Amino acid sequence: MKIHIKNGRVIDPISQLDSQLDVYIGAGKILALGNAPAGFVANQTIDASNLIVCPGLVDLSARLREPGEEYKTTLVSELQAAVAGGVTSLACPPDTDPVLDEPGLVKMLKHRAKQLNLAHVYPLGALTRQLQGTVLAEMGELREAGCVGFSQANMAITDTQVLWRAMEYAATFGYTLFLYAEDAFLAKDGVAHDGEVASRLGLKGIPSAAEALALAGLLRIAKETGAKLHISRLSTAEGVNMIREAKKQGLSISCDVSANHVHLTEHDLAYFDSNCHLKPPLRSQRDQAAISAGLKDGTIDAICSDHTPVDDDGKLAPFAEAEIGASGLELLLTLTLKWANQEKISLIQALGLISASSAKILGIPAGQLSVNSDADICVFDPSLYWKVEAGNLKSQGKNSPFTGLELAGKVKYTLVNGQLVYQAQP
Amino acid sequence: MHNPQLYSDGQLRHLLSIEGLPKKILNQILDTAESFVGVAEREVKKVPLLRGKTVCNLFFENSTRTRTTFEIAAKRLSADVISLNVNTSSQSKGETILDTVDNLIAMHADMFVVRHAQSGAAHFIAKHVPEHIHIINAGDGRHSHPTQGLLDVFTIRKYKPDLHNLRVAIVGDILHSRVARSEIHALTTLGVPEVRVIAPKTLLPAEVEKLGVHVYHDMRAGLKDVDVIMMLRLQNERMSGAMLPSAQEYFKTYGLTQEKLILAKPDAIVLHPGPMNRGVEIDSGVADGQQSVILPQVTYGIAIRMAVMAILAGGQPSGNQS
Amino acid sequence: MTTDQSQLPDAEALINILADKLQPLLQKNTALVGIQSGGVWVMQRLLAKLAKTMATHTIEHGTLDVSFYRDDYAKRGLKPGNQPSQIAFDVENKHIILIDDVFFTGRTTRAAMNELFDYGRPASITLIALVNRGGRELPISPQITAMDLSLKPTENLQLIQLADGQLGFTLKLLTPSNHQAVSKHA
Repeated sequence: MKIHIKNGRVIDPISQLDSQLDVYIGAGKILALGNAPAGFVANQTIDASNLIVCPGLVDLSARLREPGEEYKTTLVSELQAAVAGGVTSLACPPDTDPVLDEPGLVKMLKHRAKQLNLAHVYPLGALTRQLQGTVLAEMGELREAGCVGFSQANMAITDTQVLWRAMEYAATFGYTLFLYAEDAFLAKDGVAHDGEVASRLGLKGIPSAAEALALAGLLRIAKETGAKLHISRLSTAEGVNMIREAKKQGLSISCDVSANHVHLTEHDLAYFDSNCHLKPPLRSQRDQAAISAGLKDGTIDAICSDHTPVDDDGKLAPFAEAEIGASGLELLLTLTLKWANQEKISLIQALGLISASSAKILGIPAGQLSVNSDADICVFDPSLYWKVEAGNLKSQGKNSPFTGLELAGKVKYTLVNGQLVYQAQP
Repeated sequence: MHNPQLYSDGQLRHLLSIEGLPKKILNQILDTAESFVGVAEREVKKVPLLRGKTVCNLFFENSTRTRTTFEIAAKRLSADVISLNVNTSSQSKGETILDTVDNLIAMHADMFVVRHAQSGAAHFIAKHVPEHIHIINAGDGRHSHPTQGLLDVFTIRKYKPDLHNLRVAIVGDILHSRVARSEIHALTTLGVPEVRVIAPKTLLPAEVEKLGVHVYHDMRAGLKDVDVIMMLRLQNERMSGAMLPSAQEYFKTYGLTQEKLILAKPDAIVLHPGPMNRGVEIDSGVADGQQSVILPQVTYGIAIRMAVMAILAGGQPSGNQS
Repeated sequence: MTTDQSQLPDAEALINILADKLQPLLQKNTALVGIQSGGVWVMQRLLAKLAKTMATHTIEHGTLDVSFYRDDYAKRGLKPGNQPSQIAFDVENKHIILIDDVFFTGRTTRAAMNELFDYGRPASITLIALVNRGGRELPISPQITAMDLSLKPTENLQLIQLADGQLGFTLKLLTPSNHQAVSKHA
């Protein structure tokens, strides 16, 4: 299969390429940029006039609900959602049912995903068995089965001894740990940022200090043990400052934020909008501003979708009882573009946050668009507006705080391994 | 932002919280309640306003006391009243809140009085009912208990008609109190210039001052020269633990005694939403004393609930007032 | 829409007529009840007139706001600004003189009688009105009036309190859109 993408504006954050070029694809790879290789005859030509051609997006956190919760979504629906959102590689956290702490489960997931031939799935293995924070999972075996890193999902390891050992062990083999910084005791039963809005609505709060306290511990232990640490879904201004300082001191650390937290604050809860019941909670405007600044200055390395599809019944309850999470795979691109547009950030820098940078964190060969790289490509129209509503989402999770909003940036074509896996309906 | 409590023409559709209600509506409820106070003193303690309407008391959290006042109010308006305690019986069988509500709507309930342990439950139900159904929040988690807030300001207004010249102190467990939140919003909306909250830091919500109140930790300083003291109930489960060491220590520091009461203005009145923990948040002598208006609060509570029901049941989606 | 106001009856003159007609009815066991708001004004004015010729301080009187008894509540809801009914005397076995300003459909009278009965069982009720404007819809009509008119259903005669405290009338023409609402109401 040979594909010719013509007349597009090609952006590659790694090579800092941003110009109108033709892309020639064959055998799953990018064969040439600019001029056609000798003897190239395309089976298919994609006219990308007025469109942007960029590396397929890489999402650091997307829940597929498999294994275990197929009643919510299926692997097929969510991977279709991924490619519809231009996401060609994604990491999934281990809080499935059963937990991804068995090599067999990981192999099965990888195998099922591969058969579907949509986006690449990179599981994050459980750091501790059953995510219970007491016994280490078989990291070596899990790694061999295909895990690119280890995580506790939203669960904390409250026993600092275990946390220390886990980091030491991971550091021994150079595994990256994807940890969420939240003090489990301070966050207990909390459902919203412990601030003005939670106080008004009478919701149990999760103080910002819950992040800072946990983060201080994680940073300190990472420093002691030399573990490669990635902080998932940072949410507070203080957290951003702590990462900035840690990076200055030369600690090997990276972090991401969810696209929701780039745009939303506690005030978006309005009158108990259960679509805004998220983890971490939506924080204050000051925190949101700090996140934006952190993205701009590189303190925050990536934006993830934190895709957490919930079925309709899951959100049909009073705020605290509604299930946590928002559908996000199909919003990652448009929300990143919206942020870039608001903050006057160049497209190349913004796209880097959801492709090259996240691929580097995962240590996977993705997120680039250069000769000989894998032909995982996203072609999108940056100025086409679409409305976030159930009918426009491929994911079975229709829950989004952005429901009803018109957002700019629509994926037109997605290629994985040189194959066209998604094409927008005209 | 669309206010779920109001019709598009600004009339009251549901009573979910005091917050978000304009002063005009609060005054309309209070003024209407004035007319209902006298009804209880007549030979026939009933008016025919809600004849043929069905009011359903839907209590997901048990409270005989509050339920009874709503029942009396509805009956005095000639409504038919159904009271359901949906503790865990049907809920545990997988029936959701909305299933329960839908069933009752199918039986032609017109109005729901809802109490639930989760903040936002009344908003949640209100969001999912048809246009002609009215919801009254009778307490949702820590969030709101609007009829209590209204009856408290009604009581205050009876004794201290000039709300624009008052200093009010709310004392106790603000953090967990839907009553406190409702009182604060009612008082500030109606123009009370100084509302104080008095509590230890463990019983105050984050950024409470953003609700427009002055924070005091020292009860003696907080009570100085106030016109109104609103005591809150301390739940048993909070009396000893990580929030407070003991009920005795609480009473010593934040319990209202005669000796602390004299720091307030000489004609200050004392309110309590009930049921009281005598000897924990309030001394018996004060509760039964000259300055206590705790029993009038109960009486006025019925008039307030009648007023709310009468205004809601007469509300029209199209608002065709001439 | 307003019509020619110069042809309207003189409210103060009518009060004098009504006071003269009322006086013989007053006995030891009589109490006056004015219906909010025009009926209350008329009652106060009648009491003032009667005070010139008799001792009125012994006449028991009260006011009714029939908002909670109206038959159009389901359609129109509760209007803001209702006043508490004030019947401080014992209604039981009293001869009640119910006072309204303009008698129209009879619906307000029905509501007032229903409310009165919730205070007790009066010995009798007599309805007096300043003007019977015609158009009753119930088998009720005032026993005593100062003036009888026959206005069109689209005309709305209202008693108002003037700036100098005197009473006066206005006549408004109802537009088709608010015709039904007001005819139910008056």
